[in-house]
Amino acid sequence: MTAQDQQPDTFVFDETYGAEARKIIARYPEGRQASAVMPLLDLAQRQHGGWLPTAAMNHVADMLDMPTIRVYEVASFYTMYNLEPVGENFVQVCTTTPCALRGCATILDACREELGIDVGETTSDNKFTLQEAECLGACVNAPMMQIGDDYYEDLDAKSTKVVLKALRNGETPEPGPQSDRKGSEPAGGLTTLNNGAAGAGG
Amino acid sequence: MAKLTIDDVEIEVPDGITVLQACELAGVEVPRFCYHERLSVAGNCRMCLVEVAPGPPKPAASCALPVGEGMTVKTNSPMVKKAREGVMEFLLINHPLDCPICDQGGECDLQDQAMAYGAGNSRYDENKRAVRDKDLGPLVKTQMTRCIHCTRCIRFATEVAGVEELGATGRGETMEVGTYVEKALTSELSANIIDLCPVGALTSKPYAFVARPWELTRTETVDVLDAVGSNIRVDARGSEVLRVLPVLNEDINEEWISDKTRYACDGLKRQRLDTPYVRRNGTLEAASWDEAFAAIADNVKNKDGSKIAAIAGDLVDCESVMALTDLMEGLGSPHTDCRQDGAQLDATVRSSYIFNSTIAGIEEADACLLIGTNPRIEASLINARIRKRWLRGGFSVGVVGQDTDLTYPHDYLGAGPQTLNELAEGSHAFCKILTKAKRPMVIVGQGAIAREDGAKVLSAVRKIAESCGLISDGWNGFNVLHTAAGRVGALDIGFVPGPDGKDVAGILDGAESGDIETVFLLGADEIDTRRLEKSFVIYQGHHGDVGAHCADVILPGAAYTEKNATYVNTEGRVQRAWRAVFPPGEAREDWTIIRALSDTLNKTLRYDDLAGVRRRMALQNAVFEIIGDLRPSDWDKFGELGVAEGESFTSPVSNFYMTDTISRASETMAACTKALAEAVEEKTGTNG
Amino acid sequence: MLKDSDRIFTNLYGMDDWRLEGARRRGDWDGTKEIMAKGRDWIVEEVKSSGLRGRGGAGFPSGLKWSFMPKEPTGRPHYLVVNADEGEPGTCKDRDMMRNDPHKLVEGCLLAGFGMGADASYIYIRGEFYREAENLQFAIDEAYEAGLIGKNACGSGYDFDIYVHRGAGAYICGEEMALIESLEGKKGMPRLKPPFPAAMGLYGCPTTVNNVETIAVAPTILRRGGSWFSSLGRENNTGTKVFCISGHVNNPCNVEEEMGIPLKELIEKHAGGVVGGWDNLKAVIPGGSSVPILPKSTCDTVLMDFDSLKEVRSGLGTAAVIVMDKSTDVVAAIARLSKFYKHESCGQCTPCREGTGWMWRVMERLVVGDAEIDEIDTLLDVASQVEGHTICALGDAAAWPIQGLVRHFRDEIEERINTRKQNSVAAA
Repeated sequence: MTAQDQQPDTFVFDETYGAEARKIIARYPEGRQASAVMPLLDLAQRQHGGWLPTAAMNHVADMLDMPTIRVYEVASFYTMYNLEPVGENFVQVCTTTPCALRGCATILDACREELGIDVGETTSDNKFTLQEAECLGACVNAPMMQIGDDYYEDLDAKSTKVVLKALRNGETPEPGPQSDRKGSEPAGGLTTLNNGAAGAGG
Repeated sequence: MAKLTIDDVEIEVPDGITVLQACELAGVEVPRFCYHERLSVAGNCRMCLVEVAPGPPKPAASCALPVGEGMTVKTNSPMVKKAREGVMEFLLINHPLDCPICDQGGECDLQDQAMAYGAGNSRYDENKRAVRDKDLGPLVKTQMTRCIHCTRCIRFATEVAGVEELGATGRGETMEVGTYVEKALTSELSANIIDLCPVGALTSKPYAFVARPWELTRTETVDVLDAVGSNIRVDARGSEVLRVLPVLNEDINEEWISDKTRYACDGLKRQRLDTPYVRRNGTLEAASWDEAFAAIADNVKNKDGSKIAAIAGDLVDCESVMALTDLMEGLGSPHTDCRQDGAQLDATVRSSYIFNSTIAGIEEADACLLIGTNPRIEASLINARIRKRWLRGGFSVGVVGQDTDLTYPHDYLGAGPQTLNELAEGSHAFCKILTKAKRPMVIVGQGAIAREDGAKVLSAVRKIAESCGLISDGWNGFNVLHTAAGRVGALDIGFVPGPDGKDVAGILDGAESGDIETVFLLGADEIDTRRLEKSFVIYQGHHGDVGAHCADVILPGAAYTEKNATYVNTEGRVQRAWRAVFPPGEAREDWTIIRALSDTLNKTLRYDDLAGVRRRMALQNAVFEIIGDLRPSDWDKFGELGVAEGESFTSPVSNFYMTDTISRASETMAACTKALAEAVEEKTGTNG
Repeated sequence: MLKDSDRIFTNLYGMDDWRLEGARRRGDWDGTKEIMAKGRDWIVEEVKSSGLRGRGGAGFPSGLKWSFMPKEPTGRPHYLVVNADEGEPGTCKDRDMMRNDPHKLVEGCLLAGFGMGADASYIYIRGEFYREAENLQFAIDEAYEAGLIGKNACGSGYDFDIYVHRGAGAYICGEEMALIESLEGKKGMPRLKPPFPAAMGLYGCPTTVNNVETIAVAPTILRRGGSWFSSLGRENNTGTKVFCISGHVNNPCNVEEEMGIPLKELIEKHAGGVVGGWDNLKAVIPGGSSVPILPKSTCDTVLMDFDSLKEVRSGLGTAAVIVMDKSTDVVAAIARLSKFYKHESCGQCTPCREGTGWMWRVMERLVVGDAEIDEIDTLLDVASQVEGHTICALGDAAAWPIQGLVRHFRDEIEERINTRKQNSVAAA
């Protein structure tokens, strides 16, 4: 555990997140409310600005009637829970092999240059935290990065910087492929589903 | 039954057991780290891999594989040998080879199995992992770099102790066992994880770097720090008890002991009475045995027996109580009592003062009513049995008394006599649960009977037992939970007031009024000694606690590790303790002191060896003829009719770690008390 | 080549409306009630006859798996759990199905769930797929609104609920037992088998865990018939499959094709060919990071299905084709996968926890040639000590890429070691 001086003494869900939490708990059978621990930790992290303090874990444990250690186990097992503070824009560049083959190193370098920080660091204005990520499951749109909830795909150094610049300026760049593709179709023209006709689904 | 072949030998085994268990039945040793027969199966260490046919062409974890008819198991094939070497190699690559400075050395599963099943060398050239140590409080020392992640400690805390504080955080090779936020373990059974740890990751903090196992003399005996009678092994070097470990006894403590049983032993070295003392001019001065006896003789000679009284304490052994009984009779005193706390127990009906269901019998019960007891701190291992039973399901627990965390959920019925009376009248809803249960039980603690209306409480509980079907053929669901290891034995001997004799309260009154002039305290420290100021007090015992401080003559006795003696636990089970070390200095085994004193007083007892005093005990009460086993006691009438109407019931134990002269003298128990107090403060403080 | 009319995922690329209206237009939710009216057994039999094998990687016959569920009510709920924890490097097909065609999955849950007698379905989607989860939840809400699921689903008299459960970043939760643990609110550590989930799964209840694609193709199979599906592909390797083609190709893409399509044809027809031409190909990982790599010589002819790839000591896995041209540092490419497995090992059992880290560290040294030649054999031996010795298949998955690398590219590793040695001698 780190960030001891930044750990708040208390945490409680606000009204909005509290209502959402109760809604989530209702998805699971009675007595199985521990199932809601992951989504509740996610909510807590969202409410607390992108990271999960110990007090939040204790609050979730309390809500779900779980021993706190079981919640700590969960929070420290899954990579999406940040146990230390992160910047407003949490930038994760995928560096697993399919992205590596398509030049993720260039993207990381572009991030370093644009943000002036190295992997694992946060900008002094607290706007960006840069991290490497394991495969994010958008391999045919490699290289890519995730910022917050959104994927930015088909990146090159230039488009990477454009996205980061926009975020710094408080704009919301359009997520998805930064090429002229819509999604996972081959660039340069469809090889299937190009007749506009209904397929076997019908 | 299933027939299978293990290493070319055919064997029939019960259905549903695992291949590992079948191998054990066949006498084939299978190495393991994570598997433990009293914990859930984790299957994570992979050391117990065996070759099984039919099945996929890869080794299978025998701890998790159920036996199947016609299975062929090989534990010595090349595949198995290679698999074991592989797992050993993996376990060792990140395990520090610091055996020379590791307290587990000499009793380390990893060390032993590496010798037996390892390849003898490692091919790992990379850097080893280092893990930060955790502070788990005053008892458990950690060296987490040594941890092999078997999770035994986590499973023990979660399953047996029922205090979920330990876990494995992080994942993969950075997974760490600990509490995540720094905190001392709060379970009364926490140190059992030291025994369970197969490596030197969790070791004993008080015992750190004290001795190597091969330097120790081992003595199997029984514990007296509560009334459970846990079987223990006392490890000593020379005259010093260095540590206490559990000894397996399925009927009593299984293979666990409480933290007090394990760690109060450093109290045996402090505040010891190692020579007789005589008060001269208001000051206690060291004296010879002859001088001490002469001082007593001066006081007692020609005194009428009715002016003399004796109180037996909580840690007394049966031999000394027998001798004292006979001496008091010789002196003509009827004023004898062993119930320091004033418990209204009836020594004439044995079933009224013992734990009739037996500890192992808890596992057969299907409903349990706790009255005026907090078994978690009064008898941690009995509480662990109740939890074990609860884990199996189909078991309701009701509580009358204090509402505390017992480590299992319970219905809180009420605080005191009013609820009890509703139960006795049959008007309480919990009566239905008891009546419906096949084997219902009630456990009544000293908190409900060591009080003025205690006899009425007992009578009410008897009524519950009789009206809700707690007493039936082959089942007695009435149980008294004692906290004093010497109590049942003293009751069995009949160390209670004789005709016209005074009980403890009467003796103290008499001492104040002058009716009683001489009081013999046999290890009795749990009374208000200020009330003895006017009388001549003889204190016999092993610790300089309150009893000794008020004494005019001190006779230094032996602690439980220093004598061959008999104790009877709360179940009424007679057990023998064995001397592990000699008492310090001039101190002597207790019954021999009384025997010698009787000579000086010209009331010579008719036995002069251990066999003799034990024959005398068996004559006094036939229960002493059977050692270790139990015979059911007949049900009879007891208690006092009337309506209990005192205050709420409270447990006699407020601090688990300090309950008697030995644990009060223990520095380790003092450290635990401090840590626990801090934990409680934190809990009620900032965030709860 | 597969005709568009035989494609199931007609909105794979999201060109059309993914919501209920669009889905209906594409034929989803058509006659669902009538299919259910044919009964549980009919559904399971039809899927059996289609030859559908699980699309998550292991390729277990789906109909057979469904038939393991108790036939009669057990007094406990029965669950269908959909494995949408897509995370196998190279794989991004389920993502497209959930964001662009979510109703196929929702309808599939109902029909498969009905077929196996499930009371409810949980869809466990990887946490990073936040937008995909949004679309999926939207589709589920639409389906509830339209009476397609929930009480009296599609007017069938059958009650069926569907819930989305988001993961939080753990590849291991793609393993079915880890997924169930995670869904119960615990760490994603695989449980020991037996008991198998059909007997004791989620909350100790009978459970079937299926991949997104397996469930999403079910409605079309049931509408067009098992025989239609089985007429595509080859025996024991039937139907269509969504392939993900990544790496050194001109046009990386997802595409639905017929099972058994030659690898070369797949790459050239849909992905615009290997960068620099087919002869510039060095190697292909044909089924996601866990399966052994194939050298070009094998790629020239191999067919993309379970059995063909097994014959060449690799596997179809998730049908994620990772293409590497001659510029690739193949040792580094596999070393990066070793790092992935080290990162994703849950830490529960010894060989995987300790072995994945060991293998990765050796691989990192091999990348720069900082090793002795005999360490290659040691590495293989360590891999063999992991493979087949663990609770779940992650240990195997960590070992196989390394074994494949050494099998086909040992020369390259040795050369690198020798070169470094020569250089250091020269420098000295």
